[in-house]
Amino acid sequence: MNTTTAPRAVAGRRARITAITSGKGGVGKTFLSANLAAALARQGEKVLVLDADLGLANLDVVLNLFPKITLHDVFTGKNTLDQAILEAPGGFSVLLAGSGMVEYSRLTPEVREQLVSVVQQVVPRFDRILLDTGAGISDVVLYTVSLADEVLIVATPEPTSLTDAYATIKVLATTQGRRDIRVLVNQVSKPGEGRVIRGQLQQVVDRFVSPGLEVPVKLEFVGEVPIDPSVRDAVKRRQLLLECLPGSAAAQAVIAAATRLRA
Amino acid sequence: MSLLQSCPNVNSKPLFLQPAVPDALRLEQALSLLSQSGQGQLAGAEGSMPWLQSLIDALCDLSSRDGLTGLANRRNFENAIARESDRVARSGEPALLLMVDIDHFKRINDHHGHVAGDLVIKAVADALNATVRPMDLVARIGGEEFAIILPNCPPAFGSAVAERIRARVEGQVIALVSGQPLGCTISIGGAYAPQWVRSTPSVWMERADLQLYRAKSEGRNRTCLEPTPVSVVSAEEKGLLFASSIFGEDLS
Repeated sequence: MNTTTAPRAVAGRRARITAITSGKGGVGKTFLSANLAAALARQGEKVLVLDADLGLANLDVVLNLFPKITLHDVFTGKNTLDQAILEAPGGFSVLLAGSGMVEYSRLTPEVREQLVSVVQQVVPRFDRILLDTGAGISDVVLYTVSLADEVLIVATPEPTSLTDAYATIKVLATTQGRRDIRVLVNQVSKPGEGRVIRGQLQQVVDRFVSPGLEVPVKLEFVGEVPIDPSVRDAVKRRQLLLECLPGSAAAQAVIAAATRLRA
Repeated sequence: MSLLQSCPNVNSKPLFLQPAVPDALRLEQALSLLSQSGQGQLAGAEGSMPWLQSLIDALCDLSSRDGLTGLANRRNFENAIARESDRVARSGEPALLLMVDIDHFKRINDHHGHVAGDLVIKAVADALNATVRPMDLVARIGGEEFAIILPNCPPAFGSAVAERIRARVEGQVIALVSGQPLGCTISIGGAYAPQWVRSTPSVWMERADLQLYRAKSEGRNRTCLEPTPVSVVSAEEKGLLFASSIFGEDLS
């Protein structure tokens, strides 16, 4: 742990960049990013999670990693990218934003250049990069998402989460031309609820967003993660769910979602 | 080694221009194309380096313009919009794209003939050119379709700019060959480049096209710019979003 064992660039390797975003905060986006990364790593992918929530990063808290060198030091030129890439407990790599990134919570030209430069450097070294974006639909979030090949929206059955997820889908479809957006529903209280919610979002998108677009927007259901007390246990213990309670229903659901994400 | 050094001046013409020389450049067609388009005036002495350069420049210019209107052609436009969307993604500076379409153009063609149709296209092109700033690019991208790229155009001014263009065309009278006056109108759709976002020109064009479509379907002779912000979720959208029974108790 906490060693700098970042994979080397491999000829022909080009990571698939997946942005994980939600609109509303507090839906378990960062928790899912970390556990999805662990699941993808188990399935053989070389994964990097990039903490792109520059203003209010908390991937470090989820992973219980408090490194001395963070993305902040890379941005300021104090350290190299290699020094900032850490090995996380779940067998994947992380680039943590760390605290003190408040000055990067606004999308200045410097922040844009730095983000692009970091992404360009890590792309040839991994199979998959998960961009854990901040909450909301701010310009930093939209910019980060625009660097990704694909988008995964995390929503919960709560009406506010659903509204924000829909708003995010709408903005991404109209301003970034996103036509395939993946949906992962967290905290479902009964089996099948996630699919219903995806269907509900799709219905509204079909009615209000797709008309007028040359290609309609398709929401792809990636999975549903049930409300599960083991999630709270893992978070309290500051461990990955897949590490400490791999047999739990939520962990199994995350593994299934990772499998669908790779399809 | 310069091209000219290799060509001793015989018969007052450089070797590379003499038809008898096997490797001579064949420039007749290029020169006749240029003179036909009124760009036959080239700088420097025939065969000199400045002359060749101005010949190439004139050909480039010719290949980037629309023959009928003299506006930028589609190829030129596609280069320009790619450059501009890159620039906006880096600078965050607002840039507006307007898509312009002549209303009922087919009807004009059918009633007054193709010569009149061409006159209308030229008149609209002139009006567009006269209403924008020198830094803006006006292009003819299809039969009766035009596009205008306006770099550094603040969102607050967008509608006024589009409206000024529309009004200018509406107010102009075109004299047909027969002497008969003819008026025409245009519909305009517009969208701002996605700022700070890596996007593609095709997405930008699609958004502006969508607004043009809206202007057409709302009755033509009008301008529609993409409303901002798009992230607002209307009551109607919310109604459908929560229509499912699973939200029965959550919402009241």
